[in-house]
Amino acid sequence: MVKKIFGQCYIWLILILMYLPILVLIAFSFTKSVNVGVWKGFSFDLYSDLFRSKEILTALANTLIIAITSALVATILGTLGAIGAFYSSKKFRRAYEFVNQIPVVNAEIVMALSLAIMFAALPSLIFHTDLRSYWTLLIGHVVLGAPFVYINVKPKLQQMDPSLYEAAIDLGAKPRQALWKVTLPEILPGVFSGFLLAITLSLDDFVISQFTTGPGLLSAGDPKIVTLSILIQDKIKKGPIPPAMRALTTVIFLLVVLGVVGITVFRHYKSKKAALASKANRKRRRAY
Amino acid sequence: MKSNKGSRFQLFKRKNLCIPYGIFLVLFIIVPILIIVFYAFTDDNGVLSFSALTGFFTNPSKLNVLITSVFIALQTTLLCLLIGYPLAYFLADKKVNKNAVFITLFIAPMWINFVLRTGATRDLLTWMGINGGNAPYFATLIGMVQNYLPFVILPLYTTMLKLDKSQLEAAADLGANPVQVFFKSVVPQSIPGIVSACTMTFMPTMSSYVISDTLSEGKITLFGNYIYLDFANNLWHDGSFMALIMLVIIGISMFVTRNSGKEEKEGGAAW
Amino acid sequence: MSKENCIISLQGVNKVFDGTTVVDNFNLDITKGEFVTFLGPSGCGKTTTLRMIAGFETPTSGKILLNGEDITKIPPHKRPINTVFQRYALFPHLDVYDNVAFGLKLKKIPCEKKGKPAFRHLTAKEIDEKVAHALEIVDLDEFEDRDISTLSGGQQQRVAIARAIVNEPEILLLDEPLGALDLKMRKDMQIELKEMHKKLGITFIYVTHDQEEALTMSDTIVVMKSGEIQQVGTPIDIYNEPVNAFVADFIGESNIYNATMAGKLKVRFLNHVFDCIDDFPVNEKVDVVVRPEDVILTVVKEPSKDKVTGKIVTKVFKGVHYEYLVQVGKAEVECRDTKDRNVGDLVTVEVEPENIQIMKKDVTNNIYTEAWINNKNQVVIGEDPFDCDVTKLLKDSTLSEDGYLIGPDGKKYDLNDADVIAEIGLDKIEMIDGFDNGDTNGEIVSVVYKGDHYQVMVRTDDEEDFILDTPYTWNEGDQVSIKVLPQDIKLMLKGDIAKYEVE
Repeated sequence: MVKKIFGQCYIWLILILMYLPILVLIAFSFTKSVNVGVWKGFSFDLYSDLFRSKEILTALANTLIIAITSALVATILGTLGAIGAFYSSKKFRRAYEFVNQIPVVNAEIVMALSLAIMFAALPSLIFHTDLRSYWTLLIGHVVLGAPFVYINVKPKLQQMDPSLYEAAIDLGAKPRQALWKVTLPEILPGVFSGFLLAITLSLDDFVISQFTTGPGLLSAGDPKIVTLSILIQDKIKKGPIPPAMRALTTVIFLLVVLGVVGITVFRHYKSKKAALASKANRKRRRAY
Repeated sequence: MKSNKGSRFQLFKRKNLCIPYGIFLVLFIIVPILIIVFYAFTDDNGVLSFSALTGFFTNPSKLNVLITSVFIALQTTLLCLLIGYPLAYFLADKKVNKNAVFITLFIAPMWINFVLRTGATRDLLTWMGINGGNAPYFATLIGMVQNYLPFVILPLYTTMLKLDKSQLEAAADLGANPVQVFFKSVVPQSIPGIVSACTMTFMPTMSSYVISDTLSEGKITLFGNYIYLDFANNLWHDGSFMALIMLVIIGISMFVTRNSGKEEKEGGAAW
Repeated sequence: MSKENCIISLQGVNKVFDGTTVVDNFNLDITKGEFVTFLGPSGCGKTTTLRMIAGFETPTSGKILLNGEDITKIPPHKRPINTVFQRYALFPHLDVYDNVAFGLKLKKIPCEKKGKPAFRHLTAKEIDEKVAHALEIVDLDEFEDRDISTLSGGQQQRVAIARAIVNEPEILLLDEPLGALDLKMRKDMQIELKEMHKKLGITFIYVTHDQEEALTMSDTIVVMKSGEIQQVGTPIDIYNEPVNAFVADFIGESNIYNATMAGKLKVRFLNHVFDCIDDFPVNEKVDVVVRPEDVILTVVKEPSKDKVTGKIVTKVFKGVHYEYLVQVGKAEVECRDTKDRNVGDLVTVEVEPENIQIMKKDVTNNIYTEAWINNKNQVVIGEDPFDCDVTKLLKDSTLSEDGYLIGPDGKKYDLNDADVIAEIGLDKIEMIDGFDNGDTNGEIVSVVYKGDHYQVMVRTDDEEDFILDTPYTWNEGDQVSIKVLPQDIKLMLKGDIAKYEVE
């Protein structure tokens, strides 16, 4: 009993400490002051500032575009890679997985630097120009996400009954169809969680973005692509978090809470469904 | 005629699906690392040179930074473990925590942007009177622990879930008090989790530069800062050499954890 | 077997995996509509053969013909053959209907479009009808909407069968389909499968390691061992006339003995000459199979002179009958009898001539299963002692001065009277003209020319036979001595060495 109370208190304490900075930021998003800690009356002004700030909205859009596109590419590459490697020889698979593991364990800055130097150095040897652009940013984020997609898909392949694919072929499916109609649905949960992880990593990333970002692709004269991370870092170097960003924090936080609630409900629903199914099964057996 | 159709079937092989990602891995992981190695040991004319190496080991401030980084990383890892281990233990204990939501809540901060989180911590600390001006080291440490705590909780929590409950009961049955049970049974069983938690915190802490930059207001320079500065100042050779040092340290730690991972497998901890 | 009726023909099929031959020169014709079972222990190549017929494996060499056409290299999805997998391999993300309809939805059938030949998919209505029909055959109507995970093992099994037969394959392959079911369910499914086979009229190729399953269901059984066909025949043939000791041992319970033809239609085993109906050359070494149910036991008061006499050592009640183990000398006879007898009873053992199945044996070694070690650490074969190296019985052991075997751990063993199996290679026996020049004496009873050498059988006075290879010509009836070097006698201890340990 003592353990229970103590444990719960401890959990709550750490949780509050972890969320405290964000919660403070959110609290002060309803007052128009420059610094956190100074209350200048309740207002929604920061929110209207936020939705009028072209700078923040552009960065937000850039971040989302990069996150979604890079996660999609990472998911396709990582999934295909995991399937291919799974059916390759053991030796090849080991080497493949070793390379796949490098970005996972490597310090982000080393990956970022190596990519940046490649993007800067190789073209300058040939064209005397720096190649960094939207595309390099995209590649950087795929490097970040694809290994995790691979890691998420692999156990699903291992759990899959190998005769499923053969059964599909046996029933007249071409190898491609069998892969699409049988293998893919089987590993889909892994692919999906890999995709989510890739998006998360991309949204959270700063280091890779800072090193690999360059001017926009469409209009070469544009300044470099600014993601949310880059923008915030740029601002907080010089002073406190800009007031409008406090409002943004509230928005992001609400989305995260929504996400947590969604996940919890989904889990609950899934376990309930499984319980119902097994219950129904038991009943049926008894009837036999 | 028929055998032709047959050979078409042979052409499509599932293992060929790994080709695109394989090419990607070579182009954007192996080649960049090779380029770093190349830059680390050449000069501006592309000639073999050890100037980056000698420059690094003769520059006391750079060596100092390496030592400071290791020190901060160690402290962060230790603090994270001290806070995270009991937390994971309580989270995994059904009697204390019936709700799986909590573990999601501890991971959720990762969905709030890292730089924003760091900035928020900085602003809060400044409000509380702790800032780069009066306590740069302390502020940095708080920022680090706050940021990397989820990385410690997650691996510890998963190993705690897999704890052999019957072993704990057996220990209690044999007369061990709760404290003894904890140290003689829980801790030894969770070593793999501790190892992976350490690697997940130590290396990122050493190489991070945003947290120290922001929270100490530029007063504390870590290894990552130097790499970034070298790159920003076009000192690619020096930057590459330092990145290479990081790579070597990571390689060593990967090797060490891999061996402990093997032990884990032998222990039958497969899922 | 006429060529027209043959649906699938395997010709000289070989399969090598990483240098190991898994299927070795497999030749088989299967008649249309037959129920064929590949039977053998695990690792005998039966599943690999099935997978080659399905198309999942390509033979290393050889051909597979379907209706006379070479399909060796045709991929599985283009073969009119469907498989029921060992663990069913149902698609978990699809319900029963979609599982069964999987093949149908992919299928294209020829049709006419504006007078031109074309291909089209089946219509939803056609698929519905076929699925309903297939589910009806397997007794699962009204299960269409069910999730696979809610089905029992037996029901999943039926879905797997429905999914295969709905495509109207010419051949249905079944890879140990009943392995995961419990005994009762298995028995029911055996009968149902047999009936389904009759109803559908297509060829079934069934793989199993369960001999009873094979005997119950098949028209033809193919017994396999280490990649080779041992015997092909009807269940009755295979049971009653096994071609070798392996088949006899694998199919049903059996007593298998080393025997020698003692004369025309006479065979000697259990130290007794039995009448038989198989004609083999006199003095040929053969294997003899006697089924337990064919042994006739009669309780006697005293050992009989002209009949085999033994003693009942164990008795097990099996419901319909008793199972007895009769000790005859050092050999054992397994018998089945409905009459109740007691352990310790003295019985005579008789077998009707037609129940003695004699099988040709290729001699590669002289094997003496009833040898023993005497107090001089010699091996006694028949009644003749041979010098041998008993330290071979235990690794790293030595012989002490007083004749005990000393193990590597210092333990002491007394091997006097230990039962062993002695093995002597055909080329390890030396034959010397005249008596008393070797370990024992005997008379040459047969000489067979084997192309480049002679195989000679020497029978000693105590009726043990030694077979040996020699390049020289000898005559039957020659009196000879034979000699074996101690290191050429291979010994194997019966039972654990621990029981010979002395304190």
